[in-house]
Amino acid sequence: MTSPSETPAERAADLQDERLVRTEGLRGAVLAFRQRVRGGDLGSLPVIIGLVVICVIFQILNPNFLSANNLVNLTLQCAAVGTISIGIVLVLLLGQIDLSVGSVSGLAAAILGVGLTQLKWPVALAVIVALVVGAAIGYLYGLLFTRFGVPSFVITLAGLLAFLGLQLKVLGPNGSINLPYDSWIVQFAQATFLPPWAAYALAVIAAAALFLSDYSRSRRRRKAGLSTGALSVMLLKAVLLLILLLLAVSYLATDRGLGAMFLLFVVLVVVMNYFLTRTKWGRSVFAVGGSVEAARRAGIRVNRVYISVFILTSTFAALGGLLASARLTSASLSSGGGDTNLNAIAAAVIGGTSLFGGRGSAWSALLGILVIQSISSGLTLLNLDSSIRYMITGAVLLLAVIIDSLSRRSRASHGQA
Amino acid sequence: MTMESAVADTEGATREPVLSLKGVSKGFGAVRALTDINLDIYPGEVVAIVGDNGAGKSTLVKILAGVHPQDSGTIMFDGQVVSIPTPTASRALGIATVFQDLALCDNLDVVSNLFLGREIRNGLSLDEEEMEQRAWSLLRQLSAKIPSVRIAVASLSGGQRQTVAIARSLIGEPSVVILDEPTAALGVAQTAEVLNLVERLRERGLGVLLISHNMADVQAVADRVVVLRLGRNNGDFHVADVSYEEIISAITGATDNVVTRRASAHAGSASAAAAAADASGTGTVESGITEDFRTHETPAPGTEENPQS
Repeated sequence: MTSPSETPAERAADLQDERLVRTEGLRGAVLAFRQRVRGGDLGSLPVIIGLVVICVIFQILNPNFLSANNLVNLTLQCAAVGTISIGIVLVLLLGQIDLSVGSVSGLAAAILGVGLTQLKWPVALAVIVALVVGAAIGYLYGLLFTRFGVPSFVITLAGLLAFLGLQLKVLGPNGSINLPYDSWIVQFAQATFLPPWAAYALAVIAAAALFLSDYSRSRRRRKAGLSTGALSVMLLKAVLLLILLLLAVSYLATDRGLGAMFLLFVVLVVVMNYFLTRTKWGRSVFAVGGSVEAARRAGIRVNRVYISVFILTSTFAALGGLLASARLTSASLSSGGGDTNLNAIAAAVIGGTSLFGGRGSAWSALLGILVIQSISSGLTLLNLDSSIRYMITGAVLLLAVIIDSLSRRSRASHGQA
Repeated sequence: MTMESAVADTEGATREPVLSLKGVSKGFGAVRALTDINLDIYPGEVVAIVGDNGAGKSTLVKILAGVHPQDSGTIMFDGQVVSIPTPTASRALGIATVFQDLALCDNLDVVSNLFLGREIRNGLSLDEEEMEQRAWSLLRQLSAKIPSVRIAVASLSGGQRQTVAIARSLIGEPSVVILDEPTAALGVAQTAEVLNLVERLRERGLGVLLISHNMADVQAVADRVVVLRLGRNNGDFHVADVSYEEIISAITGATDNVVTRRASAHAGSASAAAAAADASGTGTVESGITEDFRTHETPAPGTEENPQS
């Protein structure tokens, strides 16, 4: 791939070592990808394969599964628990856990319900109060964790019970409150869909943004004397994304289209991905998840990182609770109960965020919740009982954790753990 | 105490020490870990601190790194009296400490580890290109053999990890680098790599404080050896004019000690063994013990084999 006459000085600063296997262009990108997968760095590959398998199986069993109507419902069902799952990704990256996200989301739903109906608050106020309560709960967890060193497992298990109790207290004796259907949050969650032209424009903007970000990075790298990716790979990535998004949007448009709530969820994922990968804060989250002591010695204020992540996790949980109750137009005793907690945690893990800390991505919330909701929706279409649904979701979670452990072992045997 | 030479004083006339400790003491409860320690480090000089376990080497490192402040005595940095209450203060002064366990994040790549806690930013975003470029120029200056700075630190060898840890200490442009047992867990080639690195730090005009148990490393790379014994200064030598035996005797506190006896026993020369035996009674007792072991050991395998046959 290299012309033999090229002297080391002409090469980019990061490619001068003679031991490096040099990969260039499209073929190089494919080779590098295969190398990574063999080395145990599976990334999102198992989830995407799993998602395809799930879709094929359910489509064979019930031809309605991939209908536009069902897919639109699927996206809407994803948004609430997926939002909670973003927070779980953050806390898992630190190697910690938050078991109380279900209760916190239920509490937020109760605050919204009581605020709107009994206290006659405007929607914005109820939403803000619910989010602030969520943030305060996370701050409390962070303080307990950093001051007393109690394991987050125990703190949040206590929170699971305590905030379930608070949720019941807030709801009062009725136990169930119907949200006014004409409030904007209910309208947003249930009836707001992007007009087709806006959805198409968004798809084009997303693909263009991907290309521009890749291209400007490659220009900055060239300026810094570093190697750059091939233009063909960048173009191919952007075009593939564009085709995929346009297909999805046009198919969804045959039914109601792209739901605003799902769009909000995806935007949150993209924003969190930016913060995790491109900012100092995100770098310190990964560092603390990898080695707390190393992070502390490097001058990172470890306690602040913990507290900020616990706050974000609880706030995302509260937001997820608001979206869920708005979608169901009710806040009740069962808001945030049942399998909300486990689905949110399972989604993060199935999506590829390691339970052992320091490895994962915000995208795993999106991929994982798509898997879980596809299974749930497929089984509902087959008229299967929730008992079977639970068992199958449990099996998939187990499979995801096994894949995580196996890829960890594979990384270790390839010297990259 | 007895062997403090005037080495440092003659040099002090021409140059100012970058780091200077005068009468530093530190106690932990009833234990006097350090008593009246004096130490000067000049720019472009490698000072090795040697001493037995419990001699106070780690305590000294921790005082300089800001882990524990000293109880009494003064620390001068660039001629100014300073206090080092926290690790951040130590780093702000320009003292970079590389601890024995390196404290790298295995899941992050080399660039992220080098700039951890000191990321270069471009507004809100990290300036990855600038960091990668600086990482390469720093690693080149150290002639570090790291194939790619975008691979996780977990996949590097012990010597490469040590290199990354040392390179990281240089990011803050320190004037003194403290290396705690940098070659302890390394193979022959990696040790040589790290020693080359230490020499390159000296060429850059940094003061280097090297804590080591390995006399071969100390003699290979250090300019001066400071011996600690039971928390006190017990010698300050120019490496060029001191023998291995002299350093060992300063570490153990006597010319006749378990190390020299062992050396003479291994040499197998009758005269040396006789001299050791003459010097103290313990020598003969020890050799008697080893003979006892030999006589006991020979029948032992036989008794074990008997029941099997």
